[in-house]
Amino acid sequence: MSKSAATRARPLSPHLQVYRLIPTMLMSIVHRITGGALYFGTLLVAAWLIAAATSESWFAAVSAVYGSWFGRLVLFGYTWALIHHMLGGIRHLIWDTGVGLEKHTATRFAQASIVASVALTILLWVVFYLARGA
Amino acid sequence: MVELTLPKNSRINAGKTWPKPDGATNLREYKIYRWSPDDDENPRVDTYYVDMDDCGPMVLDALLWIKNKVDPTLTLRRSCREGICGSCAMNIDGTNTLACTKGADDISGAVKVYPLPHMPVVKDLVPDLTVPYAQLSSIQPWLQTVSPEPAKEWRQSHEDRAKLDGLYECILCFCCQTSCPSYWWNGERYLGPAVLLQAYRWLIDSRDEATGERLDNLEDPFRLYRCHTIMNCTQACPKGLNPAKAIAEIKKMMVERRV
Repeated sequence: MSKSAATRARPLSPHLQVYRLIPTMLMSIVHRITGGALYFGTLLVAAWLIAAATSESWFAAVSAVYGSWFGRLVLFGYTWALIHHMLGGIRHLIWDTGVGLEKHTATRFAQASIVASVALTILLWVVFYLARGA
Repeated sequence: MVELTLPKNSRINAGKTWPKPDGATNLREYKIYRWSPDDDENPRVDTYYVDMDDCGPMVLDALLWIKNKVDPTLTLRRSCREGICGSCAMNIDGTNTLACTKGADDISGAVKVYPLPHMPVVKDLVPDLTVPYAQLSSIQPWLQTVSPEPAKEWRQSHEDRAKLDGLYECILCFCCQTSCPSYWWNGERYLGPAVLLQAYRWLIDSRDEATGERLDNLEDPFRLYRCHTIMNCTQACPKGLNPAKAIAEIKKMMVERRV
């Protein structure tokens, strides 16, 4: 027997399942995720510094892991997370002054932050490689 | 709390497909959320076909066409049919908007219609808005003064009156309120964009004399500061208003009164 309307629990209407992902929303989510990823990246930096302070062999071992193709891939991702989160931070700093909150400006900010973060990351790595002389 | 999936009783099942109207050549497919308190079924999405040669251009026209000609049990709120009452706010094509001002021509493919997101459903497209209304009354959205009442009306300069533009037009449809992921996760404690826009409307009214108390009431990690500038509110507002900017202005007022 079905319950009366008064006692039957109302369902929750769908939210993330149906909401269209728009640039500003997506960049907010990515800002969160990159923020989380930075904790992990900081551990990598700490491990590297601790190894350097411990002994030459430890430092060599950690450097070898970081220098492997997989290590470089992770470091590349860390660099991107760092830059993306920094650009997101600057975006929020601008917004905190009450500027740039218009609908289309905010969307352009969001699009610019993804393009700029990828471009800056690649630029940074190209400069690193050039500076090391291959 | 962040809960990415729907509770068990809210998961959406496949619904039924209603027959196409006889002899119609210009058909539009509608996929509409259905739930009734009168049976024990989970929500479902039904498919309808609307004869566009026999129906007005707006999504509301199509919903009423379905209700009148196909399925009288389809339940929704509507009143003015011209974007001023805010009753027919719902999630259409992935965005919260008013069914009466949303043209079906602006949507490609099947038109998907759901109730306002992350709200308890009363029936079909009708959400329970008790919580946002209670939140609205908590910010006391009326003029508050201590000065002796003037003989006629409370006067205001043209410049001060202009500060209310972009705020007083809000029709309280709660499209912005229910588009906000922060409100989805913390709707019990975060006031949400619609209510905060109303709060700002009274904060910057030159005639209002309760600014300090109003700011005190908002100074709270949840009530105001759960806004993380996700911007869904401003992107959704069917009246072209900017709740995100209103919230940013309140945050600025909080800082300014301390320095």
